[in-house]
Amino acid sequence: MRVKLIVTLKNGVLDPQGKAIQQTLNGMAFDNVSEVRQGKYFEIEVNESDKGIAKSQAEEMCKKLLANLVIEDYKIL
Amino acid sequence: MKSSVIIFPGSNCDRDMDVALKKFGFDNQMVWHDDSKIPKSDLIVLPGGFSYGDYLRCGSIAGKSRIIKSVIDFANSGGLVLGICNGFQILTETGLLPGILQQNKYLNFICKNVFVKIKNKENKYFKKIEKEVLKLHIAHNEGNYFCSNDELKSIEDNDQIAVTYCDHEGNDDEKNNPNGALKNIAGIFNKDKNILGMMPHPERMIDPFLSGEDGSIFFENLIESL
Repeated sequence: MRVKLIVTLKNGVLDPQGKAIQQTLNGMAFDNVSEVRQGKYFEIEVNESDKGIAKSQAEEMCKKLLANLVIEDYKIL
Repeated sequence: MKSSVIIFPGSNCDRDMDVALKKFGFDNQMVWHDDSKIPKSDLIVLPGGFSYGDYLRCGSIAGKSRIIKSVIDFANSGGLVLGICNGFQILTETGLLPGILQQNKYLNFICKNVFVKIKNKENKYFKKIEKEVLKLHIAHNEGNYFCSNDELKSIEDNDQIAVTYCDHEGNDDEKNNPNGALKNIAGIFNKDKNILGMMPHPERMIDPFLSGEDGSIFFENLIESL
């Protein structure tokens, strides 16, 4: 099955790329954009038919590699 | 004294480090990342560069490479491990050093000479260095040191801050912070002070005609301390 997950910066962690994107959007007349936070999206094909097992594996992948928990949170979709 | 420099795909300061280590008397050997054993060493160096193209996060893929288990075992048994620039990023990704190196605050790649203040000389890396301030080179996009408040307190309580960005007089204030690093941190130790990660490149400052010699001071002290 295919597991989809996102990794985002924790609240309060500086996101200079998000800030630059926000300023660009403001410059493009999207005046009402007040904040942009950038993250990463993963689609992982796991040869596993049990949804629960695949999800718990994805959780381990996030903790061990895909996210750095010092600054990032992850969410399995 | 034997040293080993680990080469990852995308390392680009490995040869400079090899030249520097040999110049100051180390019997250095180069070790490929896909090997599983490190030859007998007194010092292991993770060099600068862009291991695995900085994919995912700087240092994250290298932090899981085959050779790393031996580096971790060596470090945990008290061996000296030095990570410069990308090597520092790899050390944080392995968990050998706390925190993380984030993108520079103003999104710019910084390549220039800076001054760093030595904050702790009770260790083999800076023990006999008389100077308080060294002039070294930095070249990075992700050098903005960050950690949680709890980790910062632990780092400060255990005197783990190694070097901070400063001016030539040693003022390590916000004005002299090139990349937004927490507390101007340019390098930190683990609790036992046998592991040092730092963004500045001492191996680029070993030639009196081309660069300056504050890097020489670093390596001279290192081989004397071992």
